[in-house]
Amino acid sequence: MSNYLYILWIPLLPLASFVILGLFGRKYFAKTAGIISTASLLTSTILSFVAAKQYFFVDGKVNGIYQKIIALKYTWLQFSPNVSIDMGLIVDPISVMMLIVVTSVSLMVHVFSLGYMKGEERFATYYAFLSLFTFSMLGLILSVNIFQVYMFWELVGASSFLLIGYYFNKPSAVAASKKAFIVTRFADLGFLIGIMIMGFYGGTLDIGLLIQKLTSVQSPEFLSITSASFLGASMLTWGLTLIFMGGAGKSAMFPLHIWLPDAMEGPTPVSALIHAATMVVAGVYLVARLFPIFSMDEASLTIVTYVGAFSALLAAIIACTQTDIKRVLAYSTMSQIGYMMFALGISKNGGESGLGFMASMFHLFTHAFFKSLLFLGAGAVIHMVHSNEMKDMGGLRKLMPITHIAFLIACLAIAGIPPFAGFFSKEEILTAAFHENKLIFGVALFTAALTSFYMFRLYFNIFWSKDAAAKAHSASHDHAHNAGNNDAHDHGEGSWTMKLPLIILAACAVGVGFIPFSQFITSDGAALETHIDMVFSIAPVSLSIIAILLSASFYKNQNAKSDKAVAFFGGFYRAAYKKFYVDELYLFITKKIVFPLIGQPIAWADKNIVDGFILLIANTTAKISAAIKTLQSGKVQNYALFFFGGVIALSVLFIYIWK
Amino acid sequence: MNEVPLTHILFLSTALFFIGMYGLFTRRNLITMLMSIELMLNSVNINFVAFNKYLFPDKLDGLFFSLFIITIAAAEAAVAIAIIINLYRSHQSIDVDDATEMKF
Repeated sequence: MSNYLYILWIPLLPLASFVILGLFGRKYFAKTAGIISTASLLTSTILSFVAAKQYFFVDGKVNGIYQKIIALKYTWLQFSPNVSIDMGLIVDPISVMMLIVVTSVSLMVHVFSLGYMKGEERFATYYAFLSLFTFSMLGLILSVNIFQVYMFWELVGASSFLLIGYYFNKPSAVAASKKAFIVTRFADLGFLIGIMIMGFYGGTLDIGLLIQKLTSVQSPEFLSITSASFLGASMLTWGLTLIFMGGAGKSAMFPLHIWLPDAMEGPTPVSALIHAATMVVAGVYLVARLFPIFSMDEASLTIVTYVGAFSALLAAIIACTQTDIKRVLAYSTMSQIGYMMFALGISKNGGESGLGFMASMFHLFTHAFFKSLLFLGAGAVIHMVHSNEMKDMGGLRKLMPITHIAFLIACLAIAGIPPFAGFFSKEEILTAAFHENKLIFGVALFTAALTSFYMFRLYFNIFWSKDAAAKAHSASHDHAHNAGNNDAHDHGEGSWTMKLPLIILAACAVGVGFIPFSQFITSDGAALETHIDMVFSIAPVSLSIIAILLSASFYKNQNAKSDKAVAFFGGFYRAAYKKFYVDELYLFITKKIVFPLIGQPIAWADKNIVDGFILLIANTTAKISAAIKTLQSGKVQNYALFFFGGVIALSVLFIYIWK
Repeated sequence: MNEVPLTHILFLSTALFFIGMYGLFTRRNLITMLMSIELMLNSVNINFVAFNKYLFPDKLDGLFFSLFIITIAAAEAAVAIAIIINLYRSHQSIDVDDATEMKF
């Protein structure tokens, strides 16, 4: 077993960059912050690729099975001989895969931001936050201890909060960052309770040990956690479901998804990094990390499956109606994560039936590339048009040829058209679903068609459709000139730093599908033989193509067909446009039920009982002192009189009463 | 020999004590108040000496106590007069009623 200790540098370099830029960035590195941060991340990326090469091709495999390697383990807090919080680095197929995803997408976003965020006042702060996020995410991936996961989990939440609220003078951004923080915190409460349950019954917080103890049916830990039950479900189900609740919060699964669309208030590259490719898949990663335990409990896996499938469908329907391009992408992210979730849910641990696990990880991998490409493309468009709304765009294909091609590739990839990346991973998911659960398969197929439809609706609206875009562009162009803003980036597609990531990611979106993924990442580490069944692929691909053609007929040129479709769906369309009133439902629950029935009584008790008690003490003291302050007359002889009176009283007391 | 009984001496010291207390309460002049305090101290001295002589004639404890009290009274008078001088410098008066800064 060789030494993987150098992996420690992968998270530490972004941390160093965060510390330096956070402390001294605004003063000394106002212009060079981007370069520093990008350089440190480039080193991390190279190290990740080195690690991946070493792990997958040199020494990760023992007897044909990829081993879990603990590269470093440092006991940080020891509670009892078994229970401790450790800091460490785990090297196994999924963590190495995630290393590649996080560092390379983060690198692309760093490079893209060099152009996109140029001239921002808080440029160094932005890069400091990006570095903090990258560090936290890498730490999360490499965690050996479930509590270490939790700590980094909160750190990514905090850096996500900071980046969503980056434009803190914009009220909507502030509201969105608060919403994201509160919703994910609420979910993390469940996660924490889940950790407690697992730690209590499993007797350890170490992930490897926990998996070992809770997957052997004879172990006392397994017997105790399955025999203990609460409200009719075993503690194993409760623990796993609560952990999944944390994952669902981060991964924007229904009903905790409401923060993700609003999170689009952050800068677009941030959306690409955090809310498309990395942080939101942390929930999927968490379930995958604990998958051997999940596979012991049918009930919690069923929950994962149905939550995932329902989220996928719901998000796809909503995405068809939104007009803000980033929101469409946000819902499509949610939908794709739903795919990953139910793929995990229908999977079994090991062997042929572990296809879902492998498919989920594969989809996570490909999705990271094409979705970050979509977001960066959208960022380039927004940078040019200065608007998020579809109606301000159109006909941009002539103005931004590179973005156009990259965006088209990403759309084809997410729609699952061969030979783009999304085809392969989605095909695996559909195959797994077909074998395990026909209902889920139907939902997945329908969602896939919807995905193609709304992605191409987006594509045609941005790059084809009317020529209003030229007008909008010239309007913003004039506006920029009027405002005295002679930024050269208004005139073209953006600098090379913005084009290069698009080109690289487009190449990835075409290429990564050909990686024989099942050779590397499976639920049990052994290679899995998969094949694309051409006959099976006919249905989803042709459905996708039909959806694309439908979308083209609706949106390629301006016509009334889409309005007719809207009229046809009527109330359903309006409901979807309003996101099925989930936000309103939450507002209703919080404002009409939680606040008056729980919040206000507690506030009343706090104000009147807790505060009242303290105030009573203070007021009594004040009253007594007001009453007796006249004793302090300032006359020496008064004092002497009191003194002698006291002496006489004491004398009487001692002589006559107490004897 | 017709000895003076103890009660006479105790009556003297009690009278002296209450005369001192009366002076302390009624006079407004600090010097007079100081003198009254000295009266009270001396009444205590008389008590010590008297009890020593009548109860424990072969011991000297009471005498030593009164010697200590005289010493301390001297020191106390020095301190008190120093305070009075300072008070006079700041208030141009040694009347206790004029020094009421410590009133609430």
